[in-house]
Amino acid sequence: MNQLWQGLLQAIELIFAHDPALWEVMQLSLRVTGVALVLSTLIGIPIGALMGLSRFYGRSLLMVFLYTGMGFPPVVIGLFVYLLLSRSGPLGGLESDLIPALFTPGAMIIAQTIIAFPLVAGFTMAAVMGVDPNIRQQVRALGATRWQTTLAVLTEARVGVLVSVIAGFGGIISEVGAVMLVGGNIDHKTRVLTTAIVLETRKGNFDLAIALGIILLGLSFLANLLMLQLQGRTTYD
Amino acid sequence: MTEPLYELDDVRKQYNGRSVLQIPHLTIQQGEILALVGPSGAGKSTLLRLLNFLEPPSNGRIQFHNTPFSASQPMPLSLRRKVTTVFQRPYLLNRSVEANIQYGLRLRGRRNEQVQIDAALQQVGLQKMARQRARTLSGGEAQRVALARAIVLQPDVLLLDEPTANLDPYNIGIIEQIIRQLNEGTGATMVLVTHNVFQAKRLAHRVALLLDGRIVEIAATDMFFHNPTDPRTKAFVAGDMIY
Repeated sequence: MNQLWQGLLQAIELIFAHDPALWEVMQLSLRVTGVALVLSTLIGIPIGALMGLSRFYGRSLLMVFLYTGMGFPPVVIGLFVYLLLSRSGPLGGLESDLIPALFTPGAMIIAQTIIAFPLVAGFTMAAVMGVDPNIRQQVRALGATRWQTTLAVLTEARVGVLVSVIAGFGGIISEVGAVMLVGGNIDHKTRVLTTAIVLETRKGNFDLAIALGIILLGLSFLANLLMLQLQGRTTYD
Repeated sequence: MTEPLYELDDVRKQYNGRSVLQIPHLTIQQGEILALVGPSGAGKSTLLRLLNFLEPPSNGRIQFHNTPFSASQPMPLSLRRKVTTVFQRPYLLNRSVEANIQYGLRLRGRRNEQVQIDAALQQVGLQKMARQRARTLSGGEAQRVALARAIVLQPDVLLLDEPTANLDPYNIGIIEQIIRQLNEGTGATMVLVTHNVFQAKRLAHRVALLLDGRIVEIAATDMFFHNPTDPRTKAFVAGDMIY
């Protein structure tokens, strides 16, 4: 209990001390997760909408893949990305400027995107499927194009779609296995809050580890608060 | 004789191999109110969906404004947008009453048409509820919003699928009055599906009886009710038809 208390005090101290090292780690955490979340949203929402709204051959199989993706162990995804990007791997071997190298924030973003997009797609699909099917016929009767119909359904399912983004965020802000593998927890380069916590715990700096943990929780809380605030503005319920 | 707005030739609709509609020939005149009566499952709502181009016929062809619509020929958007439907159970968007009425205009890229929106609100008597959430309305009020969001588009054709089913006499009166005003005022063509023969009598110029996906008889309202030719129409008008 004492340790927790000290950790909390240290967290407050750290935050107000404007410690540049902490600031750097926090910033990178938010940047990697933020970019990965934007990418996952851009990939996940269209996939979720498509799978929720249309019937096509192989859809059930794709749904099984998607649900599996939602529960995929992040560390396995980390391993997969590691093998892809390593110099002897299929993508790393290309040595293209477009493909991020291993142990860079870019590699971490790729891994986190792969972790988060099935969550966004899966929850979006469920939200879209929960909307009264009558809406599609009725907005089409009002003159909506296919695209406008999809947009109307997504707008009606907006609460669920936002939850899908929140789920994606929750899945990656606290993620440690994949970013550790493909990022390498390199100081000033790829160290994020979660990997820093692992490191400080191993070094026996429990106070600092707890302080970082509290900051991570606080960031997650603030981000979710922000998203719920947005939701409050768009819904009546 | 006015020019026919719709012309249906050899139109069939099947679902999973089961035939639900079969119309060798039907024309709908510009400006008329045509009532479709008949038991549930007779194909009335299916016919409305075809007339709104929501689904193509399995066979045959529908001409609208001399433009063909079939399984292989979709109706162009600009013509499709001249037709709209008021459904029996309207799905209102989870927004304000006003936003619901505005929706169809926005789909057409028309944004600053407050005058029309206010006029539509007034016509259905809901101007005081403009800012209210559409989901909190009663059944009758919701149906009036559905009617308002259709008439604000000033459609050439208004299709009405049992618009007053399960409503109280007060709301039925308002809705029937709007239908009549709209038909007389703008010359909009209307196809009205109803279970209420008295409503058909009150509103329609022509009435068609559908049974098992086929038109048994179609005639001017007076003829249909007072001098029907088919024995099944006679039974239907007399209220002897069991369904």
